[in-house]
Amino acid sequence: MISKLINRKIFTLLKVQYSNMMEYRVEIALWAISGIIPFFMLNIWTNNNLNESINITNVMLSRYFLCAFFVRQFSVVWVVFSFEEDALMGRVSPYLIQPLNPFFRYFAQHLAEQITRFPFAIILSFFFFIFNPESIWIPNLGILLLSTISTFLSFLIQFLIQSIIACLCFWTEKASSIERLLFIPTLFLSGLLAPVVSFPEYVKSWVYLTPFPYLIDFPANLLSGNDTNISRGFSMQILWIFLLFPIFRKIWSEGTKKYTAMGS
Amino acid sequence: MSPKKYFKVYKKFLHTSLASELEYQTNILIDLITAILSLIGSIFLLSIFYQNNASIGGWKFEQALIIQGIYTILNGITNTWFNPNLTEIVKHIREGTLDFVLLKPIDSQFFISLKKINPSGFLEIMLGLCLLSFCIRINQININLSFLTLCLITIICSICILYSLWFFISTTTIWFVKTWNATEVLRSFLYIGRFPLNSFSFSLRIFFSVFIPIAFITTIPSEVFLGLTELWKISLEVIVAIVFLFASRKFWLYALKFYSSASS
Repeated sequence: MISKLINRKIFTLLKVQYSNMMEYRVEIALWAISGIIPFFMLNIWTNNNLNESINITNVMLSRYFLCAFFVRQFSVVWVVFSFEEDALMGRVSPYLIQPLNPFFRYFAQHLAEQITRFPFAIILSFFFFIFNPESIWIPNLGILLLSTISTFLSFLIQFLIQSIIACLCFWTEKASSIERLLFIPTLFLSGLLAPVVSFPEYVKSWVYLTPFPYLIDFPANLLSGNDTNISRGFSMQILWIFLLFPIFRKIWSEGTKKYTAMGS
Repeated sequence: MSPKKYFKVYKKFLHTSLASELEYQTNILIDLITAILSLIGSIFLLSIFYQNNASIGGWKFEQALIIQGIYTILNGITNTWFNPNLTEIVKHIREGTLDFVLLKPIDSQFFISLKKINPSGFLEIMLGLCLLSFCIRINQININLSFLTLCLITIICSICILYSLWFFISTTTIWFVKTWNATEVLRSFLYIGRFPLNSFSFSLRIFFSVFIPIAFITTIPSEVFLGLTELWKISLEVIVAIVFLFASRKFWLYALKFYSSASS
């Protein structure tokens, strides 16, 4: 009975958010285009033959960056910005009264956005293949499934991290600057701009203990067929989720106790 | 109105926006850390490129650092003036508050482009200047008056081009209300200004000098620093800057004819 209710809630939320997102198609297309930085990076790598030193062929590197683009497209999280706006505008109060954690709403929003984004990402990769016809490949079904799961786990990690930051809105009004701070290591260490294999030894020795390489580098390597440690990747992703979830629960319950609605 | 009056109005703008921004002092501290980390990150990325290569696109590591310095300064200027103001245009149009701007007895472009200021960008400008002076030392550049004037001219031209690009994109929202994130696309394209233009393939080089003149923004000033540039390049940049400024002004006046306020 309860699970049925939850199912119905989630389904309704998704449907509402999906039709909401369909309204903003152009916007989502623009978001998709703004994620093409990996392609520029690929251009620098191959144009200067930088990949020879890390023993990755041109084709494998271009697949890697295409996959990095894809993984990034489906693990973008902006919950801090939504929550901050809702908190500043006082929209959080009505959400809190509802018998549903408001973060489910944001979660559904992100999933719906990903569904809307999917065709645009496909179109962009189609263009990518026109310019790089030699890098066309079809990953097998098992790999496709595994990399979809790891992309989703990467999305979950980022969603949890950002939700924790978003809860800081209960204490300070502008939590998004903390998010911008945290975005910097995500940008440079996740493998979006350069594959983690190419990092110098003094960084590689500790970077695999942080969550960052599992956000983009691991799923992208998996999908593109480059070498990667699959069992370590999945276990680290799950470990980070298990570490972050209790923190989120704790900070949420503390924060809602602290929360005072607008005008009090 | 006379220039003197504009100056007086600008002083008032500065006063009010600084007062409101300084309300969030911890934010400024976090932004400082973000700027430092982001500079470290991009130098780290650059060092990966130069791990096994002495030069990329004909640029040595020490020379490429100059580009980073100039990019950091320009990014600071973007964050101080362009970003807070020009994203506001979109809000004005969506909520119909552009009416109030147009009714004021002052030039609308002046009002919209300079109303706000974000002091945390100053720190980035400072960081960029520090990096540049460091580069001047390690590249053993002789400073004399003609060198300084040329640098100043090219950087001012870069700022003008950058401003026009931002203003162009923001103005298009008069027609497409919902594309408030078009500036994000520009932002991601500008990202490649961190690297020397010669490190890209020929087709991208053409694209980034003709359609989006990012080449002019960072590469030419850096070449001036190194004393590598020819006079025709500098004069071309001056012409491009003038054309862009003029065109963005005309485009704004043209676009205003199509502005029909909210809900009409």
